[in-house]
Amino acid sequence: MSPPSGSPEPPASVVRLRDVGLSYGTTRALDGVSLDIPAGVMVGLIGPDGVGKSSLLSLIAGAHVVQSGHVEVLGGDIADAVHRRLTCPRIAYMPQGLGKNLYPTLSVFENVDFFGRLFGQDRAERQRRIDELLRATGLDPFPDRPAGKLSGGMKQKLGLCCALIHDPDLLILDEPTTGVDPLSRRQFWELIDAIRRDRPNMSVIVATAYMEEAQGFDWLVAMDDGRILATGTPAELLSRTGTPNLDAAFISLLPEEKRRDHREVVIPPRAGDGAEDIAIEAEHLTMRFGDFVAVSDVSFRIPRGEIFGFLGSNGCGKTTTMKMLTGLLPATEGTARLFGREVDPNDIEVRRRVGYMSQAFSLYSELTVRQNLDLHARLFRLEPEAIPARIEEMAARFDLEDIMDSLPDALPLGIRQRLSLAVAMIHAPDILILDEPTSGVDPVARDAFWQILSDLSRKDNVTIFVSTHFMNEAELCDRISLMHAGKVLISDTPQAIVEKRGAHSLEEAFIAYLEEAIGEKATAGPAARLPAAVPTATGTPAAAPRRFDPRRMFAYTQREALELRRDPIRATLALLGTVILMFVVGYGINMDVDNLSFAVLDRDNTTLSNDYVQQIAGSRYFIEKPPITDYADLDRRMRAGEISLAIEIPPGFARDVSRGNKTVEVGAWIDGAMPTRAETVRGYVQGMHAAWLTQKARELYGDRAIVGDFQIALRYRYNPGVESLVAIVPAMIPLLLMMIPAMLAVLSVVREKELGSITNFYVTPVTRFEFLVGKQLPYVALAMLNFAMLVAFAVFIFRVPLTGSLTALSTAALLYVFATTALGLLMSTFMSSQIAAIFGTALLTLIPAVNYSGMIDPVSSLEGAGAFIGHIYPTTYFMTIARGAFSKGLGFSDLAGSFIPLLIAGPVLIGLGIALLKKQAS
Amino acid sequence: MRGANIFQLGIKELRGLARDPMLLVLIVYSFTVSIYTASTAMPETLNRAAIAIVDEDQSPVSSRIVTAFYPPYFSVPKLISQYEMDRRMDAGLDTFALDIPPNFQRDLLAGRSPTIQLNVDATRMSQAFSGGGYVQTIVSDEVGEFLNRYRGGTTVPVDLVLRSRFNQELNKSWFGAITNVISSITMLSIILTGAALIREREHGTIEHLLVMPVTPVEIMLSKVWSMGLVVLVATSVSMIFIVQGLLNVPINGSLTLFLLGTGLLLFATTSMGIFLATVAGTMPQFGLLLMLVLLPLQVLSGGVTPRESMPQIIQDIMLAAPNTHFVMLAQSILFRGAGFDVVWPQFLALIVIGGALFLFSLQRFRKFLR
Repeated sequence: MSPPSGSPEPPASVVRLRDVGLSYGTTRALDGVSLDIPAGVMVGLIGPDGVGKSSLLSLIAGAHVVQSGHVEVLGGDIADAVHRRLTCPRIAYMPQGLGKNLYPTLSVFENVDFFGRLFGQDRAERQRRIDELLRATGLDPFPDRPAGKLSGGMKQKLGLCCALIHDPDLLILDEPTTGVDPLSRRQFWELIDAIRRDRPNMSVIVATAYMEEAQGFDWLVAMDDGRILATGTPAELLSRTGTPNLDAAFISLLPEEKRRDHREVVIPPRAGDGAEDIAIEAEHLTMRFGDFVAVSDVSFRIPRGEIFGFLGSNGCGKTTTMKMLTGLLPATEGTARLFGREVDPNDIEVRRRVGYMSQAFSLYSELTVRQNLDLHARLFRLEPEAIPARIEEMAARFDLEDIMDSLPDALPLGIRQRLSLAVAMIHAPDILILDEPTSGVDPVARDAFWQILSDLSRKDNVTIFVSTHFMNEAELCDRISLMHAGKVLISDTPQAIVEKRGAHSLEEAFIAYLEEAIGEKATAGPAARLPAAVPTATGTPAAAPRRFDPRRMFAYTQREALELRRDPIRATLALLGTVILMFVVGYGINMDVDNLSFAVLDRDNTTLSNDYVQQIAGSRYFIEKPPITDYADLDRRMRAGEISLAIEIPPGFARDVSRGNKTVEVGAWIDGAMPTRAETVRGYVQGMHAAWLTQKARELYGDRAIVGDFQIALRYRYNPGVESLVAIVPAMIPLLLMMIPAMLAVLSVVREKELGSITNFYVTPVTRFEFLVGKQLPYVALAMLNFAMLVAFAVFIFRVPLTGSLTALSTAALLYVFATTALGLLMSTFMSSQIAAIFGTALLTLIPAVNYSGMIDPVSSLEGAGAFIGHIYPTTYFMTIARGAFSKGLGFSDLAGSFIPLLIAGPVLIGLGIALLKKQAS
Repeated sequence: MRGANIFQLGIKELRGLARDPMLLVLIVYSFTVSIYTASTAMPETLNRAAIAIVDEDQSPVSSRIVTAFYPPYFSVPKLISQYEMDRRMDAGLDTFALDIPPNFQRDLLAGRSPTIQLNVDATRMSQAFSGGGYVQTIVSDEVGEFLNRYRGGTTVPVDLVLRSRFNQELNKSWFGAITNVISSITMLSIILTGAALIREREHGTIEHLLVMPVTPVEIMLSKVWSMGLVVLVATSVSMIFIVQGLLNVPINGSLTLFLLGTGLLLFATTSMGIFLATVAGTMPQFGLLLMLVLLPLQVLSGGVTPRESMPQIIQDIMLAAPNTHFVMLAQSILFRGAGFDVVWPQFLALIVIGGALFLFSLQRFRKFLR
């Protein structure tokens, strides 16, 4: 990685930082950083995790808001939105994390294509560039493989393709090789070198935790604790500190207080290699997931007290092997034994002898250090009275005394890892299984950590099984296994492995083994073919991006649609779900109350009283239950909800009626627990009573009674049969088209936020409008498909006639789903976790749509806040249109009044979303 | 299975919740503001029902009818022409339109049995269905009183005395408050357990638990009790301070018995949350599933419309849902003041359903952890 020939003197700075600071809450990530980064060279940012490297890079890339200080990139202030818009096509940014900016369900080709579109390239240009890039990176054999199924190294190469699609002048790579195997790592750097040979003016800024990589860069920035420790070429740094390598140089650059406790790790040789008892034993372990073999025929024996290292890239099967050893995963084939006992996932006893520290686990961030230790002690069933003492002991041993009441998130990574180890050790296990315990830990803390491991192994005879991808850590192990693609390539002591291959270092030996395993074709390497393949730098990069470019917008549309298609469960749930809901609720909600139970307390028991009762019992609304015996019985049965209506006929009813000299009172008790039902019952009973009276009057008084008689002709308009289905089905469509599209839309954005691919929106020329509307379109299309299904279902299955204009209904539906998806997108701008988004959407769609939008009670009769919501909520208006078009036979002209609010709602909501969406992380 | 583990893990869940302010805000919101606004917004069955009258008679009896409609049950009637009537109903401006024909009074007194036409917008659901009866009664009463001055002794002297028990004024907001409490209980308990489980898997902490000497039953029970407790406490507070306090809903029965029933419901719904989380692979899928489950639970459990009017098949299916039994139980206890001797079948049903859901979820949960 020599500097490109012919540019010994760096021109002006590509990046200038003046007194830059950055805080996340109370944590200070960057503190007063001032720095000039030379252009046209390869600049390395070195230092452990959490010192502010990533923060610095995201500021330079324009992905994060500049909080304080001045950041100048490519000759302009990056805090200035106009400058960002103009320069972002000249910058490429690859964030930290394997495939963090890629879309796992999209194929290799589709991923690069998406980025091409974001930079407004036309089809021919994209095709040409993608072909060249894939060929250059050696990805051309599998353009159709989903990005999620690539190995770590391939993911990073793909990330690089995506970054290089637009010929950037400034390439920013954040830890591009962390977690990648040494061979892929070497290929990656060869690729970068080749690209730089071709584009000598390109500036590259790389953050890395591997000091050996940084050795080859042109210019280095050493960082610690949000500050710059030193800058200069690698040689300068070495000579300034008088150290032989960068690791040592970095340590000596650290402030005194951090360096004080640092000692070289010395692990004494193991004593007594005689008859050993075997702590961990694996025989032909194999793990298959479907037809994918994650671990293939792995065998090893680890004696008690040994430190055994497992070396390999991400995804090579290390973690799976460890899970099989702990019983987390049952092996497909083969056996694992701990202390001669076969691992049984259900055997709780074995777990008590094993301490496990997983890669992902970083303790319960909601518990303090002490609470974490206490919880684990209790779960491992330590004697309650012994727990405080044990916690004190662990705190002393792992040097945690000062931070016992802090939360893990507030602690530096190195201390957190120590705490994890303390937690894993709380029950004094005989075996420790550590999955990449030191990734991201600074060199000083790492050495301290290994010192503890050494003590545990040598003094306490604890067997340690540790995985890592740092070569210098592997060298500390007693024995190591090199693993690749599920297979163990070799197991031996580090020295023996180096000697066997005749290599200079363990890394070289590993690469040699990897090349042997992969075969000749890989060693030919993509880099060899590169020079001709890299996109020829055609003059100056693209002019300022257009303010609106449909290509960029449709890039999001197309990607969202692809993702939806690749997740058939989600699409099916969205489509079928609504139909199922409509079916269930359509049949379930019934406004014409019938089959009501009633009983009679008949104290008269004459023909006339029977006649009265018959009037009620004979109707289809009521079902007669056994007669009531007395008031106590009436009370009991009503309380139990057994009868909704009780009729009491007084003694002497028939006699008094026929004499006609005294008014008789018939009593009716209605169960008022459910007011709607009670209202209906009341209406029915009154009606029947009146009918009975008229009939009797005619019998008793003849025609004289007719005087004053009149009729009320009740006409139920739009639904003459008074069927609930006709009333409820058209109302269900607005409800369903609110809930589901809003939920899908809100999650489509929040998910990107949670998984990190939102960065692509931050650093590419895509505008907020293009981003939101682009994402919205596929969901609008899906919702319209949904709408078509619901209408078809209503008309053909439920037989609810569509009497009005289908065109008007469809137009309104289009406007409406535009508004509902916009509502989802608007909500997404202030939600950051998916849980909150789901909860919030459920709360903000279900309740207003059911209660305030006129589905059951007309909006005009609502009160207070509910009435206000009802008047502004778009569902109200679409509800009117849906009912108008279905039941009232209406068309455009009749419904114009309801179209206008719908027409306004969508643009207003999406406009608010655009205004509130942030184009940078903050 | 050890009680201590279950207890410890549950405490961990509670501490985790305590540190998620957004979720806490949503919990508080759904048990206070949401219930308050929903139940105060819910009108009486007839509240400012929009009515228009076409008075073609212009007689004493017709004006008597017009003045009989007044707020709060009805809006002040709009006097319109027959021509306007159809247009106004099409636009959804009126729920009821009463058409009093010409010469109504003359025909009435002459015994010619005239007809008043009452048009009801039947798409207006509840108001249309129960309001029609009201309008009829009001018109009949007015006409009857008018006639009493002209004739005597032609009516049968039987009065119907109607009394509503448990809620004399048929105050809908009482009912609405309880319905909303039940919705919040269901929604929260499912989300808290389900979404938290998915998040724990996405963050890898669930895996960590498994290498410790705890069993899936313990993990699941710890989630059930801790999240159940949160919702139970929220429910109690909401019942005492919002429902009884702010909304003045009289509770006839024993609140303790109701909360006991809530506990049983929570056992079932938290298990359901875990089940849904094991079915859904990702958060978006969980979100959709949630909608698919919540809406039927809310609408078909008898909390919105009476169960007995639903098709038999739906009634039968919904018997398997815990909410159905809980709605019955809640109505019996809270409104009708029923005691345990009356509601024990619902308690039994909740125990059976909860137990079955729990065992089923446990089985899925074990597979989910693999």
